[in-house]
Amino acid sequence: MFQFGTISHIGARDFCGYSIRLLGGLLIGLNAYMTVALAADPTEIGIGYLRRAKVEQTLSLVEQPAADDGIAGARLAIEDNNTTGKFLNQHFTLEEVRLKEGEDAAKVAVALADRNIAFIIADLPADQLLKAADALRDRGTVLFNAGAIDDRLREEDCRVNIFHVAPTRSMLADGLAQYLVWKQWKRWLMVVGSHEQDRLFADALRRAASRFGAKIVQERVFEDTGGARRTDSGVTLIQRQMPVFTQQAPAYDVLVAADESEVFASYLPYRTWDPRPVAGSAGLIPKSWDAAQDQWGAVQMQNRFLKLNSRRMTALDMQAWTAARMIGEATSRVNSGDRKAVVDFLKGPDFSVAAFKGQRLTLRPWNQQLRQPILLADGRMVVSVSPQEGFLHQVSELDTLGVDQPETKCKLH
Amino acid sequence: MWRLCLLTGTAFWGTAFWLAGTLPANAFLAYVSNEKSNTVSVIDTDQWAVVKTIKVGQRPRGIEFTRDGKFVLVAVGDDDTIQMIDTATQEVVDTLPSGPDPELFIQDKAGKVLYVANENDNTVTLIDLTRRARMGDVQVGVEPEGMAMSPDGKILINTSETTNMAHFIDTETRQIVANVLVGSRPRFAAFKSDGSELWVSSEVGGTVSIVDPVKHVVTSKITFEIPGLRREAIQPVGISITPDDKTAFIALGPANRVAVVDTATHQVVKYLLVGQRVWHMAFTPDNKFLLVTNGVSNDVSVIDVAALKVIKTIQVGELPWGITIAKP
Repeated sequence: MFQFGTISHIGARDFCGYSIRLLGGLLIGLNAYMTVALAADPTEIGIGYLRRAKVEQTLSLVEQPAADDGIAGARLAIEDNNTTGKFLNQHFTLEEVRLKEGEDAAKVAVALADRNIAFIIADLPADQLLKAADALRDRGTVLFNAGAIDDRLREEDCRVNIFHVAPTRSMLADGLAQYLVWKQWKRWLMVVGSHEQDRLFADALRRAASRFGAKIVQERVFEDTGGARRTDSGVTLIQRQMPVFTQQAPAYDVLVAADESEVFASYLPYRTWDPRPVAGSAGLIPKSWDAAQDQWGAVQMQNRFLKLNSRRMTALDMQAWTAARMIGEATSRVNSGDRKAVVDFLKGPDFSVAAFKGQRLTLRPWNQQLRQPILLADGRMVVSVSPQEGFLHQVSELDTLGVDQPETKCKLH
Repeated sequence: MWRLCLLTGTAFWGTAFWLAGTLPANAFLAYVSNEKSNTVSVIDTDQWAVVKTIKVGQRPRGIEFTRDGKFVLVAVGDDDTIQMIDTATQEVVDTLPSGPDPELFIQDKAGKVLYVANENDNTVTLIDLTRRARMGDVQVGVEPEGMAMSPDGKILINTSETTNMAHFIDTETRQIVANVLVGSRPRFAAFKSDGSELWVSSEVGGTVSIVDPVKHVVTSKITFEIPGLRREAIQPVGISITPDDKTAFIALGPANRVAVVDTATHQVVKYLLVGQRVWHMAFTPDNKFLLVTNGVSNDVSVIDVAALKVIKTIQVGELPWGITIAKP
């Protein structure tokens, strides 16, 4: 800086030039400062999306998930978040990673955290999700479970750094059971597949029947004997096989099928020996979202999705959209991208998210599961939305779906 | 000569009495858009009955008289246009280029510019009503719906349902000058006639935010509590404030009630039970009655404003949505 003592030695002209240069430098500096202050860089919020390696083949050609199933929903939510973010000086980006077959989900999740990603939306099988959550425990990174419906993740295996956006098997089973009981279709013939996940769904359906007053008159197991799922003229064989498989059942109102493995359930509607509706994994299906959902402003949602992704929306797409929107909702309310502020807001009493299902969705504080209505869809229309009228609850009627707080095994850790 | 006089005299008085019989002094006409049946029901407020049903385009929602009373504009969202109903003939005579999926709209004070919320596009489209042509647009938040005009005509308000904001737009520069975060899923906005407060309803949030239009902050929130009714069923949508700014009426959607609010204290003084899924509302020009649309029960409830009582229910078309009332 100036040394006033030396000015007397410089002389008037030099002093003038010196002053002008100094003033010019100050002005340039000031201008640069003002430019920076006027157009401050937006707060960058990176959201990771971790996708499972394999997508299962479905029996129905029209139900086969698209290559971008799930992530397409997250991409739309990033756009929606950025539209809002324009007004808040926040900018969102999606970092997409697809696991390779056999790759360790924990390693990939940690790699995302290393790139300073604070929030990761995960569409992973339960065990991989837990491995990733445990690897990230001390990093402060939070996972949003958009894909796994296992109840144990919200019960004995609950984790404090996972928010569950996907519904549980018990929520889906309860949503279906409430409607069947409301309809007075209380006698169920249950057909269960031979794989673990089929049995888990059957457990949830059995629990729902007992809870809401339905009676499973008989259970049958459909063995998976292998072979190609889709054959050129297999339908003529299926037409004979299904009636025979379902004959001689005790009197029942509805056939409830537990077939998450996609082996047989889609073959049952209109082929049962007795003329009966099918529900569960085929026929009337409980899900968090459907392309036919048009109530409560959903048409706008469906149109935006169709425009961006050139196809219709699935439940996984909506679960991913909701996860990304939860983050966007939190960042707009706390006006910050700081991970602690966001997570504290999500866990607080003021958080809720609107998701076109007629009421605000909130998080269950004991296990961080997103409460939500369950749609019952037949592939063309949404037939009903649970919880059904008449099923009451002291805290929230949405808690009549799934495992409730007094029953929970979860101790968040 | 006297026979001619008698004849014309009788004719004159006959016509006068006939006219008086068919058009009573205080009769107004309420136009109701029926979202599902694609019609507009016209209600005579003297008979309290539907006197005409007009066939319109697909998915009619926003509906409003032009300032000169000559037309009723109705947004037919699935046809991506706004239709103009001639009030003299009660027929659709023209359309306006509204941008895709128009829902709600508002005119400027002079009735020359129409501002339309295009939900699918995140825009507000401006239409020149004289030339019946599009003149520009403003980019807003996700799913714009609610539209309001400040009493001095300088600020246009648009609410975005998924962005959860009320955007303040300068009508001269067409620039957004402020954004205020409100409760979840804001549907409707209304100014007090003295311009001192902006009220914004949040359907999913279950509240009505009172916004200071100068400081651009939410100064308070009105919450609702109805014994025996779960909170999630209370979903505020339409708002109407009496011209003296003393009383506000708020439609609470599936709570099937209209809340009556003292605007000084921002407290609910009464809940009026109306039909199912009460949505939007309008005062008769003499402010004696408030008519509200009940989407799910397919009817319109008539509220006596002074007595704060529901006096009548009128069956209309399917899924009645919006309502606008003026002298015939």
